Amino acid sequence: MSRAQKPKLDKNALKTGKRLLKYVTQDYKVSFIIVVVCILVSSVASISVSLSLKFLLDDFIIPLIGQQKPNFAELYGALAVLGGIFLAGVIAAFIYTRMMVRIGQGVLKKVRDEMFEHMQTLPIRYFDQHTNGSVMSLYTNDTDTLRQMINQSIPQVLMSLFTIIVTFITMLALSPLLTLLAVLMIFLLIFVTKKIGGNSGKYFVKQQMDLANVTGFIEERMNGQRVVKIFNHERVSEEEFDALNDQLYDSAANANTYANMMGPVIGNLGNLQFVLTAVLGGFLSVFGIGGITLGVMASYLQFTKSFTQPFMQVAQQFNSIIMALAGAGRIFEMIDEEPEVDEGYVTLVNAKKRPDGTIEECPERTGLWAWKHPHQEDGSVTYTELKGDVRFFDMTFGYNEEQMVLHDITLYAKPGQKLAFVGSTGAGKTTITNLINRFYDVQDGKIRYDGININKIKKADLRRSLGIVLQDTHLFTGTIMDNIRYGKIDATEEEIYRAARLAHADQFIRMLPNGYQTMISGDGEELSQGQRQLLSIARAAVADPPVLILDEATSSIDTRTESIVQRGMDNLMKGRTVFVIAHRLSTIRNSDAIMVLEHGRIIERGSHEDLIAQKGTYYQLYTGKLELS
Amino acid sequence: MNRKLFQSIREFKKESILAPIFVILEVLMEVLIPLQMAKIIDVGIQNGDLAYIVKMGLILVIMAMLALYFGVKAGKMAAQAGAGYAKNLRHDIFYKVQQFSFKNIDRFSTSSLVTRLTTDITNVQMAYMMSIRLLARAPIMIVLSLVMTMTISMPIALILLVTIPVLGGVLILIAKKAHPHFIQVFDEYDILNNTVQENVNAARVVKAYVREDHEIKKFHGISKIVYELFTKAEKIVAWNSPVMQFTMYGVVLLMVMIGGRSIVLQTMETGELTSVIIYAIQILSSLMMVSFVFVMIMIAEASSDRIKEVLEEEPEMQDVPDAIHEVPNGDIDFDHVSFSYAGEGGNLALKDVDLHIRSGQTIGIIGGTGSAKSTLVQLIPRLYDVTSGCVRVGGIDVRKYGLEALRDQVSMVLQKNVLFSGTIYENIRWGDRDASDEEVRRVCRLAQADGFVQDFPHGYDTMIVQGGNNVSGGQKQRLCIARALLKKPKVLILDDSTSAVDTKTDALIRKAFREEIPDTTKIIIAQRVSSIEDADQIIVLDDGRINGIGTSEELLKTNTIYREVYESQVKGGENNE
Repeated sequence: MSRAQKPKLDKNALKTGKRLLKYVTQDYKVSFIIVVVCILVSSVASISVSLSLKFLLDDFIIPLIGQQKPNFAELYGALAVLGGIFLAGVIAAFIYTRMMVRIGQGVLKKVRDEMFEHMQTLPIRYFDQHTNGSVMSLYTNDTDTLRQMINQSIPQVLMSLFTIIVTFITMLALSPLLTLLAVLMIFLLIFVTKKIGGNSGKYFVKQQMDLANVTGFIEERMNGQRVVKIFNHERVSEEEFDALNDQLYDSAANANTYANMMGPVIGNLGNLQFVLTAVLGGFLSVFGIGGITLGVMASYLQFTKSFTQPFMQVAQQFNSIIMALAGAGRIFEMIDEEPEVDEGYVTLVNAKKRPDGTIEECPERTGLWAWKHPHQEDGSVTYTELKGDVRFFDMTFGYNEEQMVLHDITLYAKPGQKLAFVGSTGAGKTTITNLINRFYDVQDGKIRYDGININKIKKADLRRSLGIVLQDTHLFTGTIMDNIRYGKIDATEEEIYRAARLAHADQFIRMLPNGYQTMISGDGEELSQGQRQLLSIARAAVADPPVLILDEATSSIDTRTESIVQRGMDNLMKGRTVFVIAHRLSTIRNSDAIMVLEHGRIIERGSHEDLIAQKGTYYQLYTGKLELS
Repeated sequence: MNRKLFQSIREFKKESILAPIFVILEVLMEVLIPLQMAKIIDVGIQNGDLAYIVKMGLILVIMAMLALYFGVKAGKMAAQAGAGYAKNLRHDIFYKVQQFSFKNIDRFSTSSLVTRLTTDITNVQMAYMMSIRLLARAPIMIVLSLVMTMTISMPIALILLVTIPVLGGVLILIAKKAHPHFIQVFDEYDILNNTVQENVNAARVVKAYVREDHEIKKFHGISKIVYELFTKAEKIVAWNSPVMQFTMYGVVLLMVMIGGRSIVLQTMETGELTSVIIYAIQILSSLMMVSFVFVMIMIAEASSDRIKEVLEEEPEMQDVPDAIHEVPNGDIDFDHVSFSYAGEGGNLALKDVDLHIRSGQTIGIIGGTGSAKSTLVQLIPRLYDVTSGCVRVGGIDVRKYGLEALRDQVSMVLQKNVLFSGTIYENIRWGDRDASDEEVRRVCRLAQADGFVQDFPHGYDTMIVQGGNNVSGGQKQRLCIARALLKKPKVLILDDSTSAVDTKTDALIRKAFREEIPDTTKIIIAQRVSSIEDADQIIVLDDGRINGIGTSEELLKTNTIYREVYESQVKGGENNE
């Protein structure tokens, strides 16, 4: 996972910057204008410290020298005016820092919300192609760098920019000739910044890479820590870790060395400029060239001192801006990712039968569902009863163009049937179920559900009609009750208990310290694999779906418990369609039809007895002569 | 930060000390340079003395070079000290985790350990680097500038003397007030990240149940709280800048007022007033810097607390002083063993288990989900300690062995198999680092893995990817068995390790065990009756108790559970209909 990018202010980065700025200007237009004005006021106040001193000295203090009874009233008056400017500056600073907090956090909230909302619309394919770690890091690392940039870098850079401009104008007004030197200096500054920044950037990229290596290693070893212990492999792990850790130290030390260098280098270039200006200015004023007087020189030099300061501040923000833009780029990449397309218009509704046998829609849950099919041509609506009749017509499918996973699959599941898939890992069993609930899309008309082309069914409604229990059980932080309720948000407690009993989970849940109120965290690590599977079966049971898909749902449950669960599920699904995928043949023996898959093709089909009689692959598997890999 | 963490600085003490020293030298230059500049303006320019300007200018350039040198050095030292400190912290945590017992590991989730080793350490590294750079700079800057001011004007120095503690106090107060809010923010942050992680992991579940809107609503709730808490915390910190500016401007006005009078009364030079103001600004911005670092340290504090938690975790299992390093044989005895994961007083997972196994026997264990099969065998290589009773291997209490010696002789294949990224050779050699290629191939033949490994294009040099997902479940299980065999153990435990292997291969593996390692005690946990049918003893576990012991034939007569399992598998299908 090398997500490091070369830190360059290229076109893309500029585009990202613009887009980011849009977030600010869109929702906070007025606020942002006020912020900019306040920053301007605040920087004027800060510049006036050095600017005013010259006037105060020349006009109000020096004339009083030597007077018998010096009248300070005028000086105090001028100071009062200055105090006014200062006060305005303080108030402006107060306003813009507070507003920036609101803007910054508001933008971050919006970015986070948008990311999450968009993530929910993304197809499963996206999650296949991106590691969990890299998606997570969008929400953590990348959003953090944005915060840094919005809250600190933007005001700082604006402030510095204003200061540079005002100072530059003042210097220009004092002496155009000497300012030429300052311009040369600016180029030198930019050159040096780029040079050091480039080096530091190079190592920051390497640091990111080394960090990713260390993180990857840590992740793997922490996950396998139990194996490490059993094999007494601690010493070896430590040695391997040290090697990676040393590399990370190297790049981190170098990256930060260059970053830390920026300040002193720019600061002392400023000192150098001071000397050069003094020598050149002194030379010019002594020979009276370019109208430079001693007084002008004195004040000009004052400004020279404060000229490099803002450059230094901008340079310090340089790395964080580049890192933030890279982060923002990755965030936008995700937000721009194509969402799952859904051109379906057939919806699932509750229905009841009229006395004449036709179906009408009704608001309450009747246990009878119907597909509501609006016809565009004549505006009419037809209702088809949901039965769970699933058919594949000569379907071929691949996750990518080059490699087909399924070939010429034709199958039909009549309502009330239990259909099983058997085959090696990678034979395409899970792919078939992924296509039924449209995690992936197939060509039009290849799969029909109750006679309807599934591409015409709205995805949400299609999925609502299918219960699915996956091999990898994922639970959510919350109580056991909450987790089962996930199947049906408005389920009563009684319904939940019933589902848990059906899944044979009630028993162990009641043994837990807090029963159904026991908190589960971190994907349910405190439960055994088998217990987690029972919970996810209960979750599907409470949803009470018309069609159920069990993908290795009982693989970690012992056969005795499994047969109890199975009896419960069979009862629940009486008259409904069930798809079962299993490694263990005892799980599927009582299916109506068993499909044996190999390399994406159905090579055998029939009931258990049929297949045994055929003495083909299934027979060999069943008698233990063949291994499923 | 705290003392425990500072112990990890070690060899980077030199840099950690040199960095502030160089900073102090740099600051010294920074204080002297304005003085030199004032001389150039006040004497050189005012008198039009070009020679003086050049002379002083040269000195200034030399000073600037020195400042540059010190500055770069300080930056370098600070960077090395920070990165080095982080390196040592990572090293210490990693090594600490290696000492952890299973019980320790249970206490920290994998993801929390990873966060501590990465994000938290990075926070501490940044705070440390900033601290040694800025915390040395600020006080020195303040003291030197104050001294310079004193030499110029006592009354003005007095203003600063009053202002510094007041402003410093206010800035610290602000940081202190903000701190608890930041802690709250980070706790909420964890919840937010956790929600995202769950949604990424369980994307299929969310979609299958069409719960996208539900999850979005949940997320909006959390992100709103984060927004509100963060805004609250940062609004407090936002007081820093106006307070600081107000003080600075006030001081400048006062200085001009007092300084102006002094100039008029000719007790002060104009250049001196300029210098004094520069010093004042330097002092005040140093204070600002201190408060900035202060906030940063406070943020890093939460991180360092989390790091400390790991470092201070007592490895719960340690070798006794006169540990035994020789396991005489593969006898295993459980004497009235009870066990609870929570320790004494907790819910008992194993209840009064009494069990005696002779060296070389093959033992089958069978039982329902949650019947504590894995728990039972985990006590043999002492992955956990018994709560009461005693487990003996080779007639000696496992707690008297050196852990390494015990685990070398008790080899276990876990239910949750893990292979590591690397070649197959490398993975198998986890069992014995020095094993020859031939030796590796031999154990693979025993585990019935040699055949498919040879079929891979790169054979034993095939790379296993992270998570080991480029081999099938059955292949992975056989490789893990081979890895365990390479240890040449006296006791071999297979915890449901052939579930994905076909019955024929399974039988071949057991045959190989019988013929090739007859003296090794073999304990096999299985769901499949055929995997344990021919064992010398079969133990039926139910709810943490031994429900029955005997051969398959005996149990079929006497044990209901065993009979039910047996029937459900051997002829079951029919009576399910």
